[in-house]
Amino acid sequence: MSDELKFHFDVHGDNFTSAGEASVEVKKKLRQLGFPPDVIRRVSIAMYEGEINMVIHARGGEADVLVYPDRIVIVLEDHGPGIANIDLAMQEGYSTAPDSVRSLGFGAGMGLPNMKRYTEEMNIESTVGVGTKITMVVKVQ
Amino acid sequence: MLCCEDELDVQIHNACGSDMMSDVLAFVKDQTALLTGLVNPQVVRTAMMMDMRCIVFVRGKTPTPEIVNLAKDNHIVVLASPLRMYEACGRLYANHLAEKES
Repeated sequence: MSDELKFHFDVHGDNFTSAGEASVEVKKKLRQLGFPPDVIRRVSIAMYEGEINMVIHARGGEADVLVYPDRIVIVLEDHGPGIANIDLAMQEGYSTAPDSVRSLGFGAGMGLPNMKRYTEEMNIESTVGVGTKITMVVKVQ
Repeated sequence: MLCCEDELDVQIHNACGSDMMSDVLAFVKDQTALLTGLVNPQVVRTAMMMDMRCIVFVRGKTPTPEIVNLAKDNHIVVLASPLRMYEACGRLYANHLAEKES
């Protein structure tokens, strides 16, 4: 518990082009730390989808990544519109993203399901009008 | 070919074609080439997340220098083809770039 490594990122909401840079950074750090490729890929995909979501829906937010020897915890927090119906949002294909986002290759309603697909644990706390906090855990091995 | 000519000896065993990046992130496993008609930097980031080694822009789409440079920095080969997605994928498949091989 005591030997965690912590990385913090501000995810800027005004620039779709730079979305994903924090995930790229995490991927590099985990590679340097020698984690297995499968773990690195699952962490970076889950975080990348979360980062894209924060840019699309919430004008950005903050990402914290806690690295333990046996697990990696990703915490994404924003002050966006919140998720009105989490069960609905978790369904593949359900999306509230505008068409403009779909033309960028996202907004197909796969973001949250993908985050769940690649992580062992995922918890969503969301209040409409206040924001959303998503905590994901990827276990090593 | 738009960048990373020096990576041409990298072996590619399978590929996927999609314009939706979330679908690529959902359904692809160990595919090493991405064919897409979508042109923005997130195509390169998606390829990076999936450890892909090659991006093929189809339908005559030309990536911006910014996109090509991002790929180059990450050693991802970038190709551009005038073919439509269906035919580009079909040609690769017909030439034994089959989905099940890996």
